[in-house]
Amino acid sequence: MNETYSQPDARGHFGEFGGRFVAETLFHALDELNALYSKLSKDADFRREFLHDLQTYVGRPTPLYFARGLTEKLGGAQIFLKREDLNHTGAHKVNNTIGQALIAKRMGKPRIIAETGAGQHGVATATVAARLGLKCCIYMGSEDIKRQSLNVYRMKLLGAEVIPVESGSKTLKDAMNEALRDWTTNVDDTHYIIGTVAGPHPYPVMVRDFQSVIGQEARAQCLQMNGRLPDLLVACVGGGSNAIGLFHPFVNDPDVSMVGVEAGGLGLETGKHAAPLNDGHAGVLHGNRTYLMTNSDGQISETHSISAGLDYPGVGPEHSYLKDIGRVKYESVTDTQALAAFHLLTRVEGILPALESSHAVAWVIDAAPAMPTKDIVIVNLSGRGDKDIMTVAGIDGIEL
Amino acid sequence: MKRCALTTFITAGDPFPDITVDALHALVEGGSDILELGIPFSDPEAEGPVIQAASERALRHNISLLDVLDMVTVFRSSNTHTPLVLMGYLNSVSTMGYESFARRASEAGVDGLIMVNLPPEEADLLRVELLNTGIDLIFLVAPTSTDERVKMIASASSGFIYYVSLKGTTGASHLDTSSVQRNVERIKVRSSLPVQVGFGIKDPETAKNISVVADGVVVGSALVSIMGEEGASKESILSGLTELTAKLRAAIEPESSVV
Repeated sequence: MNETYSQPDARGHFGEFGGRFVAETLFHALDELNALYSKLSKDADFRREFLHDLQTYVGRPTPLYFARGLTEKLGGAQIFLKREDLNHTGAHKVNNTIGQALIAKRMGKPRIIAETGAGQHGVATATVAARLGLKCCIYMGSEDIKRQSLNVYRMKLLGAEVIPVESGSKTLKDAMNEALRDWTTNVDDTHYIIGTVAGPHPYPVMVRDFQSVIGQEARAQCLQMNGRLPDLLVACVGGGSNAIGLFHPFVNDPDVSMVGVEAGGLGLETGKHAAPLNDGHAGVLHGNRTYLMTNSDGQISETHSISAGLDYPGVGPEHSYLKDIGRVKYESVTDTQALAAFHLLTRVEGILPALESSHAVAWVIDAAPAMPTKDIVIVNLSGRGDKDIMTVAGIDGIEL
Repeated sequence: MKRCALTTFITAGDPFPDITVDALHALVEGGSDILELGIPFSDPEAEGPVIQAASERALRHNISLLDVLDMVTVFRSSNTHTPLVLMGYLNSVSTMGYESFARRASEAGVDGLIMVNLPPEEADLLRVELLNTGIDLIFLVAPTSTDERVKMIASASSGFIYYVSLKGTTGASHLDTSSVQRNVERIKVRSSLPVQVGFGIKDPETAKNISVVADGVVVGSALVSIMGEEGASKESILSGLTELTAKLRAAIEPESSVV
C-alpha cells in the first residue's frame, strides 16, 4: 500500500461498504452523534478522559505476553498474546463501552440500550451504566440467554434489565433488530451502544477508534520487547471489533500481515457456520452494507457457532473492504478446532480463552509450525473463557 | 372538501400464499384506494410485533420476491386501476439486482416502491434503474426529520411522501394528531406531493382524525392482525378485510361524522 489509509469517507463508506441504511426516524440521532463524535475525536481533553478511565478503571494497558509454552509446543513462529482477557469485565468490549458512555454523558441521555450475543458486551455496557448511574436495557436472544446464564445474572446484578428476544433465530442478530426498534421508539432520551464495528455510520468508525487502543498498545509493546513490528496479527471476527482494534494501527505497515478468523461452525461446506467473509454475499443489514450470510432471495440465514459472540450473519463493513482490497486475509476454523485450542491454551499457558478468542488461537495452532522461528505473531486474546465453562463442560459430557 | 385516500397494507404470502391476490381484491372491494404489499423479510427492523409475525408466517412458505411479483401479475390480470406499492427492506431488492427488479416489477404492474431502510442519500443506484419504468420511489419522513432533511426527501420522492406518524415501529399506539398536523404542514410547504400518514393508525376513529390533516391514511397492523387470526378460514379473513376497510373508508369520507 503506497497511500495512507483514510477510510471511511464523510458519509461512512468504506469503499462500497458501510453507509447508513436505517429508518428515517434515526437519522437525526445519527447526525447528532456523528457531529458530536467528530468533535470529540479531535478533542485532547476527551481523549485524556477516555485513557484515564481505561487506565484506572479497566486496568490498561493490558500486557503483551510471550506465550513460551505454546510457542515451544508448536515449534514455529514466536507467539505473543495481547491479553484483552485481563480487562475489567473480562474482554475487549469494555474499551468501547467506556468511550460510548462518555459520549452518552455528554449528550445528556439518561438511558442506554445495547444488544448482546455472548453477554460480554451486555456486561460491559451494564458496567459503565452502573458506574454512571444510567438506566440500562440489554437485548439478548433467548437462545443466547440459555447459553450464557452466568453473564445474564451478572448484568442483572449490575442493575440492567435483560430483555429476552424471541423473534427470528433468537440470537444476536435478532437482539440487534430489537435494540434498533427500541432506539427508534425512545430516540430522544436513549443512546444505543452498539457493541461492534457494524451498524450505521458513525458506529463502525467510532467503535474502531475506541478499540484501536488494543493495536496502539500492542505496537508500542512489540517494538519495546522485540525492537521491531510483528510479522502477523491474528484475531477472531464476528462483528469484528477486537480484530479492527488490533489491526487498524498497523494498516499502513505493509510488512505486517493480518488474518481475521471467522467461525467455521460445523464446516464451511455444511452451511452451518458464521463466516460471511468466507461464504457470503454483499448485502444490507443493521444499517450498513457488508458481507452477509443470506439465501438466494436475500433472507438472512441462521448461523451456527459454538461461540455466541461470533454467531452473527454479518460483519463490520470495514472488514468487507479490507477483504476486497486484499489487506487482510480472512480464514475460518471449525467449532472442533476452536474447542481443541481452548483446551490446549488452558493446559500449556494456564490461560482459559473465551471460545471466540479460541478461534484465533486455533488458526495459529495450525499455521505457526510452518512459520520461521524468527517470525513474530500477535494473537488477540480478546476475552477470558470463564463464561464458556458450562458450554465446554456440556460438550465434554460433564455435569457441573 | 378533498377526499382522503385510504392505503391498506398486507404482507405477501401471509398467512399462506394463495390468499394474497384474493386479499388484495377484498381490500379494493372494501374501498382501499392504494394497496401496499409487504415483501416478507427475515429481519424487519422497523416493524412492530404484528407485522414481524406476518413476515415470519409468509417465510414459513418460503415466499420470495419473485413470488411476490407473480402475485402482483395475477392481481393485475383482473385489476389494472388500483395503484400498488411494494414495501420492504433493501436486501430483498438488492439481492435480486436493481436492474432485474426494475424490469420485473414494471412488467408485473408495480406502481411504487418503499424501502424502509433506504434513505435518499443511498438511493442513487436504485433510482437510476427505476427511472424509465414509471415506478415511483417513495421515501419516508419521520417526526425527527429536520427541515433540511424534509426538503431533501421531498426532492428525492415521487408519487407521494410517506409520513411516519410516530417515533417507533409499525402498529405502536401513541399517535398524537396535533403533532401529525404540524408535521404534515411542515412537509406541505416543502413539497407539492401528496402526504400519506401511516404507523399507528389502527381504527376508524384515528383514521378519521388523521384524514382531516393528511392526503391519505395508511392502515397496516390492524389489517394484518386479521390475516394472522389463528384458525380463521380464508373466507372469514377475506370478509374481515373487506369489512374493516369499508369502516375505515366510511370514517374518512369528508361528510362522515359518526364512527
